[in-house]
Amino acid sequence: MTSDSPLISLRGIRFAYGREHTVFDALDFDLHEGERVGLTGSNGSGKSTLLQMIVGLLKPSAGEITAFGKLRRAERDFLEVRMRAGLLFQDPEDQLFCPTVADDVAFGPLNQGKPLAEVRNIVAETLAELSLQGYERRITCRLSGGEKRLVSLATVLAMKPDVLLLDEPFNDLDEESTERLILVLSRLPQAMVLVSHQRQFLNCLTTKTLHMRNGVLL
Amino acid sequence: MVGEAFTHGESFIHRLDPRARLVVMVAFALVVALSTQPAVQVAALLVGLAVLAAARPDVRATLKRLAAVNSFMVMLIVLLPASTPGSPFFALGPLSFSREGLAKAAAIAARCNAIVFVFTGLVSTIELPTLGHAFRHLRVPDKLSHLFLLAVRYVDLLHREYARLRSSMKARGFKPRACLHTYRTFGYLVGMVLFRSFNRSERVFNAMRCRGFNGRFRVMSHFAAGRNDLYFGIISIAVLLALGYYELLY
Repeated sequence: MTSDSPLISLRGIRFAYGREHTVFDALDFDLHEGERVGLTGSNGSGKSTLLQMIVGLLKPSAGEITAFGKLRRAERDFLEVRMRAGLLFQDPEDQLFCPTVADDVAFGPLNQGKPLAEVRNIVAETLAELSLQGYERRITCRLSGGEKRLVSLATVLAMKPDVLLLDEPFNDLDEESTERLILVLSRLPQAMVLVSHQRQFLNCLTTKTLHMRNGVLL
Repeated sequence: MVGEAFTHGESFIHRLDPRARLVVMVAFALVVALSTQPAVQVAALLVGLAVLAAARPDVRATLKRLAAVNSFMVMLIVLLPASTPGSPFFALGPLSFSREGLAKAAAIAARCNAIVFVFTGLVSTIELPTLGHAFRHLRVPDKLSHLFLLAVRYVDLLHREYARLRSSMKARGFKPRACLHTYRTFGYLVGMVLFRSFNRSERVFNAMRCRGFNGRFRVMSHFAAGRNDLYFGIISIAVLLALGYYELLY
């Protein structure tokens, strides 16, 4: 059973890139605890935009965003949201910017103010959860596509978020890496929003699927 | 990464504390730049060679760097003797090349190479994030060391975007020639590198914000000065004092 009030709630959201390209006009969206929502839609329909708005990287021109019980308006309101709702970027290259895997996974917890000893444990645990033991000293930009994707996920999971926002996580993955990722995601306890235009992955991972068309979720 | 041609070695120097290396490098540069005695300059050159050898750097990278530095020196060796008045040792038509000018040029070349040797051996062998971290420990203002670290990261980004676009051009048979098509293509290249790098840096910055980046860089491993660093410090001080002493003696 899902609890009553949603973890994340969007009401009447309006957003446009420039003056011509309106992405949403009056969008509503809810994410409850334990829910795994799949989000599909054609390229450019606004799926990534929605995720970025939830963590405040993009601000809507109208509407309200409520996350974890509080209304979020200004930049500083979203600082807590970013810690609790981990966004996995579409391109792992944008997410990985530290020299080694350990540095990148540690970046989030270090910013959360955790002491070094605890951070080292978190890094080890998170990598082990994703079967990435021994990857600590590997150079991030030399990893394969599948490895980068998993390390990218590790960097987000290391912050122990309550919600996961995954932007097309299966892009550019080979069969083996895709299976590995599906296995990992299916074992995670967090509520999730999973954006993908490949329905077969959503079917096995999500509790419900919404389709984005013309700025509305169906 | 750009700027890390020498950081992948495994020598004695690589294991020394980066802070000590930085401080010794700066002190050495000061002493050598201010020296006027040829004996001191030659000694500095030999010390520099020793330090460089101890770091066991990649030969090709080192030669490339030395070639770049000394191409400027060659220019000096030609120009200074021609422009400095004094007893000529060589004449070419109306131009006479003086001994004093040659001595000046040699002094500059010796000092410059000595500093480059020591810099390459001690500082070029430090990984860039570690260097930024060392700055912080040496009380360089936060804003400066951040600027340095971020500039390094973005230069690397620019370089990678450039490489990507160049290979795309090559794959479609582009060969640079003196024609409008080439000029236009290079114009596109420059514009695209800047534009794409700017976009990428925005996305990387967003990723950092999403993981709570608030302006302060925290690091995982702190420095631990050991016995080797003590020996290095003592020897460095001794060498620098010796150089300084002989300089002041004359």
